[in-house]
Amino acid sequence: MANDYSGMTVNERLFGAGLLDDYDRTRAQGDLTKLNELLAKVGLRFENGSHWDLDPSFYMLNINNLHATVADKPILKGLSLTINAGEVHAIMGPNGAGKSTLGYVLGGRPGYEVTGGDVTFDGTDLLALAPHERAAAGLFLGFQYPVEIPGVSFVQFLREALNSQRKARGQAPLSGGEFLKLAREKAALLRMDMDMLKRPVNVGFSGGEKKRAEMVQMGILDPTLAILDETDSGLDIDALRICGEGINAIMRKPDKAVLLITHYQRLLDYVKPDFVHVLAGGRIIKTGGPELALQLEEEGYEAVA
Amino acid sequence: MNLAALSMPTKSDEAFRYADLTALAGVWPVEPEEITVPAGASEALSIVQDAASGAVARQLVVTLAADAIFDLRILNLGGAYGRIAVDARLGEAAQFTLGAAQLGSGDQVLEIVTQVTHAAPDAVSRQVIRSVLAGHATGTYLGKVAVARGSNGTDSEQSVRAMLLDRTATANAKPELEIFADDVKCAHGCAVGELDAMGLFYLESRGLPPEEAKKLMLQAFIAEAFSGAAEEEKLQSLALKRLGDML
Ligand SMILES: Nc1ncnc2c1ncn2[C@@H]1O[C@H](COP(=O)(O)OP(=O)(O)OP(=O)(O)O)[C@@H](O)[C@H]1O
Ligand SMILES: [Mg+2]
Repeated sequence: MANDYSGMTVNERLFGAGLLDDYDRTRAQGDLTKLNELLAKVGLRFENGSHWDLDPSFYMLNINNLHATVADKPILKGLSLTINAGEVHAIMGPNGAGKSTLGYVLGGRPGYEVTGGDVTFDGTDLLALAPHERAAAGLFLGFQYPVEIPGVSFVQFLREALNSQRKARGQAPLSGGEFLKLAREKAALLRMDMDMLKRPVNVGFSGGEKKRAEMVQMGILDPTLAILDETDSGLDIDALRICGEGINAIMRKPDKAVLLITHYQRLLDYVKPDFVHVLAGGRIIKTGGPELALQLEEEGYEAVA
Repeated sequence: MNLAALSMPTKSDEAFRYADLTALAGVWPVEPEEITVPAGASEALSIVQDAASGAVARQLVVTLAADAIFDLRILNLGGAYGRIAVDARLGEAAQFTLGAAQLGSGDQVLEIVTQVTHAAPDAVSRQVIRSVLAGHATGTYLGKVAVARGSNGTDSEQSVRAMLLDRTATANAKPELEIFADDVKCAHGCAVGELDAMGLFYLESRGLPPEEAKKLMLQAFIAEAFSGAAEEEKLQSLALKRLGDML
């Protein structure tokens, strides 16, 4: 039997083999043995929430030798990183290393020019997609500095954004009532007052409120891969815990992954990373487990670089 | 009508400085439309200028008696040349509101030209003008506020903003004050800009296609011109439809 699965996502493989429903049910039951029996039929393997054992094109995110410039200045200089479904990765690194640039390049921000390398997301060429298409494909970028948009309310824009994503995926739009129910649920999860979502996007929000609102948006849009750029900065002690728990509730699933960009261990206490990377000079210079973050906090970047 | 009113204006007439005189010639002379709001009365009018093609020029002459209120809203979006001129004369403690949006694309020339005279004390005038211009369109606002001698307690405001969707579009804005009284409050602001690129990327990164993201931001941009109008929803939805066609 010579099945050629190349270029297909995990879900597509399972669907093609008529196993997707079975798989979803088994996963919900949390039966790892049965899960792997099913996955084996399509050449996959799932290990303890940590990684898919499969050929490179089946990583959820595969960044290969990425080079990018901003205003003609090279910032990313051969960055490689792979992320599997079910994993949480943390990126740490000195100011100006290119962490936000990586997020922007993956999100498709105009002016961030890719000059080399490639990126696949669920097997498709991410860099060929427009920003809104990347969102519809399941990517969410949490901004280090969320943008204020006067005159446009969160609920108005999020409903349109979600329905645009659903349309692109061939799903029916949510009605006003259905959307508000969902928004209320996610606002409650992040302990944010629903009235704040009726206000213009981020206008007059404190730094911490903006970050919390980013997490509410993530909950509503329900991405498969979230890149969270310094979500922890600006949060007070309680908000840090609430956002950390929120990230776990929304994203800690076998078919989802998170890339946390952070400077401190504090968020990682709540959202435990499977891998920690050090980004310096536009490249990943070191990768380790959760202990690497602790070591960095103790010794600084110079010691590990 | 006197002869002077019948003779074609030239570019040296301040109120016609940016006018498309060739187009104007075809509809000249413009018959003034007189509106009188009696003492203590409150009236409202919305004008939607959505001519399919050609030139449109209108001249409104509004007289507000003492304590009269007039709420005028204009959506100027049709024709190759669309000009709406408003001449308002405010009596004692009268209140005049003008909220206008002009949305132009292609080679359209759109203009709103106002002359607001505070002829007696304590009158209030508020003007909010928003222009969205694409392609090679030109949008102009010329607005003169004259405060007559003795019109103390005058309160006048002009907020004029234009958004250029393409570098090839043109916005002209000239709020002007002529004050002959002492105790007056006159504020005017004027800005020409482009859509915030970071805001657009933020909206797009959440899944909105670029046209929808732009539409949302532009809708918010012009909203202030129609806020509080009796026909706010109708004007907003007509504007939105036009924005959809422009993008
Ligand atoms: N428009 C620009 N023109 C020139 N240089 C730029 C521009 N935008 C960003 N840079 C530079 O790119 C480099 C990387 O910036 P980036 O924001 O990715 O850093 P970072 O790792 O996120 O830092 P931080 O930890 O401070 O958030 C910096 O040196 C920055 O000055
Ligand atoms: Mg940064």
